[in-house]
Amino acid sequence: MGGIVVGALVLLAISAPVIAPWDPNRPDIRNILDAPSNAHPLGTDQLGRDVLSRMLYGARVSLAVGFVSVGIASLIGVLVGSLAGYNGGLTDGAIMRLVDLMLVFPRFFLLLAVLAFLRPSIWTIMAVIGLTGWMGVARLVRAEFLTLKEREFVIWSQAVGASGFRIVWRHILPNAMAPVLVAMTLGIPAAILTESGLSFLGLGVQPPHATWGNILNEGKDAIEIGWWLSVYPGLAILLTVLSYNLLGEGIRDALDPRLRQSIGRFVSRVR
Amino acid sequence: MLAYALRRLVLAVPLLLGITLISFVVIHLAPGEPVDLQTGDLSVQSSAQAKQLLREVYGLDKPLTVQYWNWLGRLARLDFGRSFAPDGRPVLQKISERLPITLLLNIVEMLIIVALAVPIGVLSATRQYSTFDKVTTVFVFVGFATPDFWLALLLMILFGVQLGWLPISGLRSLNWEYLSFWRQQWDFLGHLALPILVATFGGLAGFSRYMRQSMLEVVRQDYIQSARAKGLAEPIVIGKHALRNALLPVVTILGLSLPGLIGGSVIVESIFAIPGMGQLMVQAVFERDYPVIMGNLVIVSTLTLVANLVADVTYSFVDPRIRVAARRGRR
Amino acid sequence: MKRGAPLARLALVLALGLAGCGGEADSAVDHAATSQKPAYGDTFIEALTGNISGLIPNIVGDGASHTVAAHMYNGLITHDRDISVVPDLAESWILARDCRDLTFRLRNNVRWHDGRPFTADDVVFTYRLMTHPKTPSPYKDDFAAVESVHAVDPYTVRVRYREPYAKALTIWGQSMLPRHLLEPYVAEGRLREAPQNFTAPVGTGPYRFREIQSGQKIVLVANPDYYAGAPYISRIVFRIIPSQATIFLELKAKGIDTATLTALQYKRQTDYPAFAKAYNKFRYPASIYSYLGLNLKDPRFADKRVRQAFAHAINKGDLIDGVRLGLARPATGPYKPGTWVYNPNVRTYGYDPARARALLAEAGWKTINSDGLLVKNGQAFTFELLTSQGSDEGRKVAEIVQANLREIGIGVEIRVLEWAAFLKEHIKKRRFEAVAMAWSIGLDPDQFGIWHSSKTGPDEFNFVSYSNPEVDELLDRGRMTCLQDERKRAYDRLQEILAEDQPIIFLYFRDALPVVASRVRGILPGPIGIDYNFTEWFVPKQLQLYTAG
Repeated sequence: MGGIVVGALVLLAISAPVIAPWDPNRPDIRNILDAPSNAHPLGTDQLGRDVLSRMLYGARVSLAVGFVSVGIASLIGVLVGSLAGYNGGLTDGAIMRLVDLMLVFPRFFLLLAVLAFLRPSIWTIMAVIGLTGWMGVARLVRAEFLTLKEREFVIWSQAVGASGFRIVWRHILPNAMAPVLVAMTLGIPAAILTESGLSFLGLGVQPPHATWGNILNEGKDAIEIGWWLSVYPGLAILLTVLSYNLLGEGIRDALDPRLRQSIGRFVSRVR
Repeated sequence: MLAYALRRLVLAVPLLLGITLISFVVIHLAPGEPVDLQTGDLSVQSSAQAKQLLREVYGLDKPLTVQYWNWLGRLARLDFGRSFAPDGRPVLQKISERLPITLLLNIVEMLIIVALAVPIGVLSATRQYSTFDKVTTVFVFVGFATPDFWLALLLMILFGVQLGWLPISGLRSLNWEYLSFWRQQWDFLGHLALPILVATFGGLAGFSRYMRQSMLEVVRQDYIQSARAKGLAEPIVIGKHALRNALLPVVTILGLSLPGLIGGSVIVESIFAIPGMGQLMVQAVFERDYPVIMGNLVIVSTLTLVANLVADVTYSFVDPRIRVAARRGRR
Repeated sequence: MKRGAPLARLALVLALGLAGCGGEADSAVDHAATSQKPAYGDTFIEALTGNISGLIPNIVGDGASHTVAAHMYNGLITHDRDISVVPDLAESWILARDCRDLTFRLRNNVRWHDGRPFTADDVVFTYRLMTHPKTPSPYKDDFAAVESVHAVDPYTVRVRYREPYAKALTIWGQSMLPRHLLEPYVAEGRLREAPQNFTAPVGTGPYRFREIQSGQKIVLVANPDYYAGAPYISRIVFRIIPSQATIFLELKAKGIDTATLTALQYKRQTDYPAFAKAYNKFRYPASIYSYLGLNLKDPRFADKRVRQAFAHAINKGDLIDGVRLGLARPATGPYKPGTWVYNPNVRTYGYDPARARALLAEAGWKTINSDGLLVKNGQAFTFELLTSQGSDEGRKVAEIVQANLREIGIGVEIRVLEWAAFLKEHIKKRRFEAVAMAWSIGLDPDQFGIWHSSKTGPDEFNFVSYSNPEVDELLDRGRMTCLQDERKRAYDRLQEILAEDQPIIFLYFRDALPVVASRVRGILPGPIGIDYNFTEWFVPKQLQLYTAG
């Protein structure tokens, strides 16, 4: 179900040039902030541009930024977190202090410095959001590792001489993924909204190109007379998160028959 | 454990120095200069001479190393310096007049969020895929995906303009001084109601989802099954055995949020006209008010280090098997 | 014909604008004159979007601080409704015809808020403060031409200039500061740290400082000993509300008495009876104009024909409708229409893409490539247009300019930047091709710093690198005399050249859009705005809302 919605959103984004009824970037001074109508099903924005077309084109950037940057952050977070959590001791100490440093580092100035070297593009923005957003995941994964590595099944695997990599990959990591899934789900809307903030610093997608985040931002000044500028991108983001959430849970449940079973048993018992 | 905590605290000092040094350099080298923004909004009048003078006043004409050394020297005497803003007030004074309200708001929010998120998370986990679970899932994600400013303005229009029940912005009514003591408290509370509501709604999703997810993991573990098999009542199984183990990610997230307590939400603060840390910092950043930025950085770094230490120590209370302090690593 | 049509349209727009303005002014006058008598009392609540950065206006540059300080301080002179110079703390003056000798006669009934008399010593002190090497003031340059200032007697001050100086009189609009309180701070270069800058300002103005709650509010109360008599409104409360949306909601809930509206609010959100009953809306051209700046070091933009082509290609009417919902007037040069210095008889550029294409063809941009872009020597005509994140308006201007220029075969990439980084990395280092920005202009027409070819240093403002010997000479002439006729002649010619050269593409002067609670009477809008006669504003007794305090 979640997969279908995510797929549909991606499909809509890809086919934007075909299905968008208007040129998303052409200002139309005569139709500023028109309410949704037959001509403009989702209304027009502050420069008279068609919101539906802008939403469709914006989906390309926003979905890509949401998924890719969260992917990057999770990957780094899981790697760093496992490394620290499994090895413990000095490795853990060193890595976690690095995380502390990253956490307090004045991100705004880092971005400005990045800005001086990189051209603004969607790749820059995905990299920047991904590379600065992994610390939470790392700490979550590490905490899971700290408890999991003391469990019987891990200790037993070590006793029979399984390699560290194998233990982590086969035994610990699958059990440590629960909070990562949540972090990823919550990270997607956060990344979509962060994008518009960064674009205002000159890092990301520049006007007139639309993203869900910047449509939403423009709607801020017109909230009473242009609700459609805030509501539709908001709904799109919500839809993305909800379906991603479903997708994530679906995948996890499918991979873990034991869970299904026990939950089934559990629920029946409660009743 | 105590020795471990002490060792971490001692190690924190060089770490803090490193953080401040790196940040100091990056902040000063990043594009932008404080003198540009104070000499008028790029109006015809501002002069090159005035800018040069400001550079000298701020010591920006000196080499970066000297500037850092001077800053560090003052810091050693707990002097955070004076703000670069034309009011030239001490950084500590500026921060201390903003901090209480931000702390108050954030702590209240945090308490409400935890108080709501834990039961929501537990209930939706133990009743996975029930109506309650589905409704709360949608509800918390709506909260998370709704932009703060939108919710805030909507509530202001409803309660402030249409119904007239609550004040729209600010901390106190203008006639506050003339109210009785209890009316003053009531007035203050009324001003805080909407900001707290907005921030809570937005923050609820995170905690409740982590809670739900780790609860789901825990209830399937063998020891929970065996607790059940022993015939323990369900509330005890969940409340005592499962909940404690499921708190692990929540502790991590709490640790990560602790430094945020003094941060303040910029959006909520500027929409509700609350003079808190968020507004102060945004202004400092855009105006390149280096002393204020660095002052805040020192406080936030210290808090972050302490918070993560506290989180690490708490892990072993939540799950006694965890030994963060252990020096030996497994190879 | 080609030049006549846009002129006619311009005139029409101006007439309409002024008519609208006058109409609203009349209604306010009617209330005041016939139905109500001036009365003392009531509180006036104003919203500020920015924080107060200091309360000694001589050393701060931000708008919010100046708004508050304006009620607490006076200069020797001030400007009236028609932007003419009128007496303030000086009751009269004599300016020699060579524009170098100026003698002020001060009022002898002025007292500082702490009760001490204001005298010539304070004037001399203020001058010393402004020129003191350790005073960081954005207005320092104004006083550079002064040779000496001395007190002849307690109520007479004589000023001598090194050379004839156009602003000889107007620089004395600068706020006078109390010597007895500030002198030690000036000597030590610690003026910013003086309590008078934040917690205890002392001026001569109609309102006294009562309290400040940082980030929340500032309260001023009427000064009963004001030299011109106490103002009618007895208390002003400035509330700091950073969000424009919140300010508007507070207006609707009648939580504040005045605010400046956005174009969208003015045009689309205030035309309902309840709002019209509670507030009077005002509209007059603000002293700020938007422009498209082109880096003249770029060979493409160094060609005048290219700039003129841009001026023809940009549809200013659409721009004003799109960005300001019609609430702006086209700019023909750097001076505000309706002021004495403004010259309406300059070359104007109506929207005419065909003419633009012809001009570009003359400049060598003839062929069109497969993307529909103009090409010269194998290079397509594309450039990057920078604007800052602070202004929503800059971004919109850029977007419309982009669409307009695309139609004549020029590709524009927009880039939005953070303000401080934008200034330091791009403006100062001249690392830009084009910028969408705005200039705010002062009351005096001297714009030496913007157009003179010597003002191209990194901290200076001729960053488009404009250089024209005749302009340099006119600017010199304009600032070397204090005779309005002579200045007018120089600036008329200056405007003709600038209109012909288009060193930047002048776009529009936006309108200021304040609203004031309708219970407040005595407001007489003029070319200078509405705030100039605040001391005469009043609320009729039966309409007063606040009595406490």
